[in-house]
Amino acid sequence: MKWVLLAFLFWLVMCAINVRLANGPQTRLTKVLVPTLFGVTLLVLWEGLVWGLSISPILLPPPSSIALRFSTSLPILWGDFVQTFIKGALSGYVIGCGAAFLTAVAVDRSDFLKRGLLPIGNFVAALPIIGMAPILVMWFGFDWQSKAAVVVIMVFFPMLVNTVTGLGAQDAIQRDLMSTYGASYWQRLMKLGLPAAMPFIFNGLKICTTLALIGAIVAEFFGSPIRGMGFRISTEVGRLSLDMVWAEITVAALAGTAFYGTVALIEKAVTFWHPSQRN
Amino acid sequence: MTDFWHRAGPVLTMILLLVGIWYGAAVALNMTWAKDKAARADQSLSFSELVADTMVQEKPLLPAPHQVVKEIYNTTVLKKITSKRSLIWHGWITLSATLLGFAFGTALGILLAIGIVYSRAMDMSVMPWVITSQTIPILAVAPMIIVVLNAVGVSGLLPKAIISMYLSFFPIVVGMVKGLRAPDQMQLDQMRTWNAGKATSFWKLRLPRSMPYLFASLKIGIAASLVGAIVGELPTGAVAGLGARLLAGSYYGQTIQIWSALICAAVLAASLVALIGLIERITLRKMGMLQ
Repeated sequence: MKWVLLAFLFWLVMCAINVRLANGPQTRLTKVLVPTLFGVTLLVLWEGLVWGLSISPILLPPPSSIALRFSTSLPILWGDFVQTFIKGALSGYVIGCGAAFLTAVAVDRSDFLKRGLLPIGNFVAALPIIGMAPILVMWFGFDWQSKAAVVVIMVFFPMLVNTVTGLGAQDAIQRDLMSTYGASYWQRLMKLGLPAAMPFIFNGLKICTTLALIGAIVAEFFGSPIRGMGFRISTEVGRLSLDMVWAEITVAALAGTAFYGTVALIEKAVTFWHPSQRN
Repeated sequence: MTDFWHRAGPVLTMILLLVGIWYGAAVALNMTWAKDKAARADQSLSFSELVADTMVQEKPLLPAPHQVVKEIYNTTVLKKITSKRSLIWHGWITLSATLLGFAFGTALGILLAIGIVYSRAMDMSVMPWVITSQTIPILAVAPMIIVVLNAVGVSGLLPKAIISMYLSFFPIVVGMVKGLRAPDQMQLDQMRTWNAGKATSFWKLRLPRSMPYLFASLKIGIAASLVGAIVGELPTGAVAGLGARLLAGSYYGQTIQIWSALICAAVLAASLVALIGLIERITLRKMGMLQ
């Protein structure tokens, strides 16, 4: 009971500090500090409740034992990370987004294709494509190739729709200017079409980072070699060693956030001219 | 009529093309098996026999579209709805988890969004985490939730609904926060001029203004919710539901069953999104936001 009380006391104190900070003057420091304090408070509350109410570690391991497990099984986690993220998700992401980009550029030349493919692309983007995973595992085998294939299919349509929309995002006046200059198709594409499409393309790329990781992990639930994040999660859940599952989820969260952050940073460098990047 | 063809023509062409590609791929992928079988029986097949054989295999690598359609017809129309082989029965199990989770997720998402809009401290502490959580592959948690809740004694509909809730919750928070903040300064000033309290300006200005945003995120939310329910059905050991049909099909190599479950899930997703789109149009028209 002591632990629960302490945790709640900590929570109240942190709550008061956060309210005070949030209603005070806004600086760069408070913008980082407030969410950090919130996150730390959640962890402390979690730890306190698990100890205080003596919740079985089989149901909910405390953060400290997850951290311990994380630090002691780094080689396994690294192996899983390489298998799922680098081999499965990343290669699928590159192939899928690349193919969708090229398709979009090709489709953009024909109004007929655009009107035909866009509704289908929008429709497919809303479907539970992850269900294709068992079929692709059957076709491409248990190793990373099938995971990459799932990722390719998952990211293709959101990327296609975004790129096609982006390539249409030029003003008539800009197009007229290009005509005035007597620009060829390629000049138009390189100097006007692609730069104008960049915000949309990066929007698609950002959505696809999460989809890629989800696709690679869930595809492993349908069969995989004896490493990989999805494999580890499903087998360790079966063995009820939940601290390992949580450690694996931490890896997934870190990888997902870092992946998204990297793409967002590249976006910032490429589309510095766009209003949303100019504060 | 010409307007209809102008819009539907290209789409129909594409769909026909896709079906054509599907048939072609089915022939190409299933050919090896047909050839092997013929070689073992010491026969040689002519091309037309080969093509005919690729269309009627029992466990083809890629079933031809008409095989899938026939399987769907057999398992929906011909089977009793209560039968465990009925796709409607499995679909209903998935649908009920989806809808329950979606309802939870929507309620929770709207409440959290209201909290974020009205409390500065909550905005500053919760919002960054909500955005970060969008970048995390949440679906990976699904098996754990199922097993843990099962250990506590909660099983059946609820664990799947929780996963659905988790997935549909984030788009709704983000969309609702945007929507509740959509009224511009002039409109807020107007409310103040009329001496409207916080509650009045919420019910009369912020909430109505947020409706288009809400419906946009509801559409994303329900699609995510269905994915959550399907993935939630995987670790339960393939008992019931569309996800279980997928898993059982992949265990036993029943490709036709996988494809029919997949098409069923796709139809379900499309009709759910279309239903929300319909409600959106009716609501917005009644509110005068859509001509």
